[in-house]
Amino acid sequence: MSEPAKGISRADVSHLAGLARIDLSEAELDHFAAELPAILEHVAVVQQAAGDDVEAMSHPVPVNNVFREDVVVPCLTPEEALAGAPASEQQRFLVPKILGED
Amino acid sequence: MTDLTRLSASELAAKLARKEVSSVEATQAQLDRIAAVDGDIHAFLHVDAEGALATAADIDSRRAAGEGLHGLAGVPIAVKDIVATKGMPTTCGSKILDGWIPPYDATITQRIKAAGLPILGKTNMDEFAMGSSTEHSAYGPTRNPWDRDRIPGGSGGGSAAAVAAFEAALAIGTDTGGSIRQPGALTGTVGVKPTYGGISRYGLVALASSLDQAGPVTRTVLDAALLHELMGGHDPMDSTSIDAPAPLVVSAARRADVKGLKIGIVKELGGEGFQAGVSARFNEAVELLTSAGAQVVEVSLPSLEYALAAYYLVMPSEASSNLARFDAMRYGVRVPPAGVDDPSAEQVMASSRDAGFGDEVKRRIIVGTYALSSGYYDAYYGSAQKVRTLLARDFAAAFEQVDVLVSPTSPTTAWPLGAKLDDPLSMYLQDVATIPANLAGIPGLSLPVGLADEDGLPVGLQFLAPQQADDRLYNAGAALEKLLEDKWGGPMLAQAPDLEVAR
Amino acid sequence: MTTETLVPVDEALTRYDPVMGLEIHIELNTTTKMFCGCPTEFGAEPNTQVCPVCLALPGALPVVNAKAIESAIRIGLALNCEIAEWCRFARKNYFYPDMPKNFQTSQYDEPIAFDGHVDVEVDGETYRIDIERAHMEEDTGKSLHVGGSTGRIHGADFSLVDYNRAGIPLIEIVTRTIEVPGDKAAAVARAYVSYVRDLIGGLGVSDVRMDQGSLRADVNLSLKPKGSTTLGTRSETKNVNSFRSVERAVRYEISRHAGILDQGGSVLQETRHFHEDTGTTSSGREKSDADDYRYFPEPDLAPVSPSREWVEELRATLPEPPAVRRARLQADWGFSDLEMRDTIGAGALQLVADTIEAGATPQAARKWWLGEMARRANEQGADLDSLGITPLQVAEIQALIDAGRINDKLARSVFDGVIAGEGTPEEVIVGRQLEVVSDDGALGDAVDRAIAGDPDAAQKIRDGKQAAAGALIGAVMKEMRGQADAGRVRELILEKLT
Repeated sequence: MSEPAKGISRADVSHLAGLARIDLSEAELDHFAAELPAILEHVAVVQQAAGDDVEAMSHPVPVNNVFREDVVVPCLTPEEALAGAPASEQQRFLVPKILGED
Repeated sequence: MTDLTRLSASELAAKLARKEVSSVEATQAQLDRIAAVDGDIHAFLHVDAEGALATAADIDSRRAAGEGLHGLAGVPIAVKDIVATKGMPTTCGSKILDGWIPPYDATITQRIKAAGLPILGKTNMDEFAMGSSTEHSAYGPTRNPWDRDRIPGGSGGGSAAAVAAFEAALAIGTDTGGSIRQPGALTGTVGVKPTYGGISRYGLVALASSLDQAGPVTRTVLDAALLHELMGGHDPMDSTSIDAPAPLVVSAARRADVKGLKIGIVKELGGEGFQAGVSARFNEAVELLTSAGAQVVEVSLPSLEYALAAYYLVMPSEASSNLARFDAMRYGVRVPPAGVDDPSAEQVMASSRDAGFGDEVKRRIIVGTYALSSGYYDAYYGSAQKVRTLLARDFAAAFEQVDVLVSPTSPTTAWPLGAKLDDPLSMYLQDVATIPANLAGIPGLSLPVGLADEDGLPVGLQFLAPQQADDRLYNAGAALEKLLEDKWGGPMLAQAPDLEVAR
Repeated sequence: MTTETLVPVDEALTRYDPVMGLEIHIELNTTTKMFCGCPTEFGAEPNTQVCPVCLALPGALPVVNAKAIESAIRIGLALNCEIAEWCRFARKNYFYPDMPKNFQTSQYDEPIAFDGHVDVEVDGETYRIDIERAHMEEDTGKSLHVGGSTGRIHGADFSLVDYNRAGIPLIEIVTRTIEVPGDKAAAVARAYVSYVRDLIGGLGVSDVRMDQGSLRADVNLSLKPKGSTTLGTRSETKNVNSFRSVERAVRYEISRHAGILDQGGSVLQETRHFHEDTGTTSSGREKSDADDYRYFPEPDLAPVSPSREWVEELRATLPEPPAVRRARLQADWGFSDLEMRDTIGAGALQLVADTIEAGATPQAARKWWLGEMARRANEQGADLDSLGITPLQVAEIQALIDAGRINDKLARSVFDGVIAGEGTPEEVIVGRQLEVVSDDGALGDAVDRAIAGDPDAAQKIRDGKQAAAGALIGAVMKEMRGQADAGRVRELILEKLT
């Protein structure tokens, strides 16, 4: 990919769509490649806002150590768990063949 | 006999408590109203007449038996389609969840059910709450009851329109960047985004985890407070839920007194870019507050300059990760790629996500993926999170001087359907006044302050308060509501056009 | 599959030095999962231990298991790590069907424990392994690949996913690079994994069973030409499911890398899978630019900030350090240095300790585990703790020997029966009719026949040469198919002939 704030190419959009697991059509790639540079240019102003001394805020309300006790709570039944599945077999979720293994 | 659909929730609750009407009558009245007007408005994606009437009948019999009930028991409610409701479809306005029926209830759904409010159905929204007009729903747009050729705002246009069109007195919304408050402003209704962590997020389909908050959508400030109190308070199922006593919002709404209240006008949220009619009604409202004894000063929040940009990085970044689970493996609509023999799981995920997500969702996922990707994180997501720190400091400094802040809720009134659909950036700019509260985790309340001269459409004013001081919003909001209604001689929605009723 | 050119390890090590990194995943034995209250029982029916959270249903949110944090801190302390004063979970974003959220909730640049070390011993030498970090994360579901070549991922028609394991807490322990003399690399790797197993087993926070996947090791390895300081490209070998395999995987990868480098080729940075049956690795997934995990702090979870008081309380709960414990055990058991070293080297320390705890003498416990059991493990290519025999059972069998009910030879048959699932040692003895015969009637007849059958030996005994009794005892044992009480047989022979 090119450097930040310099825009975003059609190939970049295609790469990002791959990371995001969206099979964008050629027309969609054209469309987003034309549109995203303006959006990214607009949001790039955040780089001018704060220096290294400013903490990034990951949580708007600062709270630490929120834990639960190690105690069992009722599960879903397998029927409930599988009710929304596009396909299932042998009480398991049926998914198409998996190519790579991590 | 009174038209039950015109009552506020608190008025209906009082009648129910006095047994002047039954919940079944009230619920049936709402269902009839929905049947009459919703073909046109399209506020609902799903109506559950049977379930709502069953709850109503149960409440009526428990009331008859003398059981102690929640104050809102028997008052029907509409729920945004982003809230998990066991046994009732939950689609988030997306094709990818078409037909999904959750096997569990959100915490707020549980609380609504426990309090005995009949759930009328699920309301329309921009797909996964991404949008400011409800036009991004995969199931067609919702129309603004004030002008059906215009948008009702978004993402919670369905809940706001349902309340404005008297299809329900109470509705649930969620607000990530203004999705409760902006539709409230554009439909002449009341909408509140509570303090982040004030209401459980468990069971709300996540858009941006660090910004999302559920809240009430109503026609009066008191009703909003009643519903806020019902939904709010600590939930151990949500790690970001605040474990502290909830602000006393109902008593604050009943107090409704701004004498001595210090109010700050946010300098950056007004003037250029704000429609003339919006500014006029806003200024009049501030004058009313002054006349009632409030001390009004101007304050500046310099970091607001970066807020919109920060929001449009944080939100899509978190969304890109939150929406990864929609992969057509465990639930959702599976769409195999065309023309591929024996496709792999990877290919089926990619084709299902392409087919199931709309344009705006894909756009934001791509932007978010970009902002989080290696080599860009610090420049985009990291910098955006720093802006939040700056903004929180600005708010903290402002709240040392004043009790609440005010601004117009939205720079414009409702725009015509389709007007901004091809220009995402101009749509994003509509959120300028609402997103700061989400970025800083502070509460905001929008209420109607009149109609713009140029188009006769509703204008909203927004109060902002420090975290956990939601009660200040209700006190100030109820006071202003009373001042305005005294001036108008009744609620603003009384001026809304009658909807042609389908028979 | 392409044929690899392999260079014998000894030869490879004349030209290259191996550089290793080891990653160990420990599945904690908490009652519930990392972020939800589902149970974690091993071997439950598929999809019976799932809920909206671990299935990643829309809207569900995680809440951290306090016990998992406690276990993570204790592991960190046992590894001599610093414990973070403040750290966060992060999302590691990538798509995979057995990972419900399509991100793993993990830790990125803020691990709960970091900068530790352990000392492991190989052939009497001590090697320090530096620990970079120990961080918390969650396990994935399990896929069953159906069709094609059965059970294997390649060529499967479809997969069936069970999410019971999804969300079980894991601790990942990552070493810094390990550079030891090449001929020790494989043994050091094995010793390290074995050491960590004992250490964490001693904490009681995990079952640490490699055969059940509660301890999983990944071996990262690269070679650098002797004299060079630049690191080579590394491979990451996964699925290494026994201590023996750790050693074999290191050796195989040394051979394979050397083969590639010798021919002027370059090693691919990739994931490789270890195959227990052949002792080889095969290509998994190539690492590339596409591995952009887009880490960011998990907004749905609060940061973790263990108080220093809590950390010190947990430190006080740690068992004695392994070196101290080993010295104490050696003294208690009266083992020689060599006996102790062999016991540790065989990965049998805990098994021997448990067997002694169950009543066996130290020498008996050592004899069984390092003799009979080690032989069986070696034959099966398995680890001692996955043979299907427990320390308690070994102690029971030894007690039966001590009571004269069986002898050493019969004990081997009892082991066979226990491992074959025929029941307790007692039940196996009954079922297989293994009990020794000490009844004088039955034995007397056999002794008489033996004396009659070997008059020469009998005469020698009468002449006072008691050593000749061995031949007669052997004859009796043969007739009784080993089930005679040898001591009683000897007594009877001597009674009759002297």
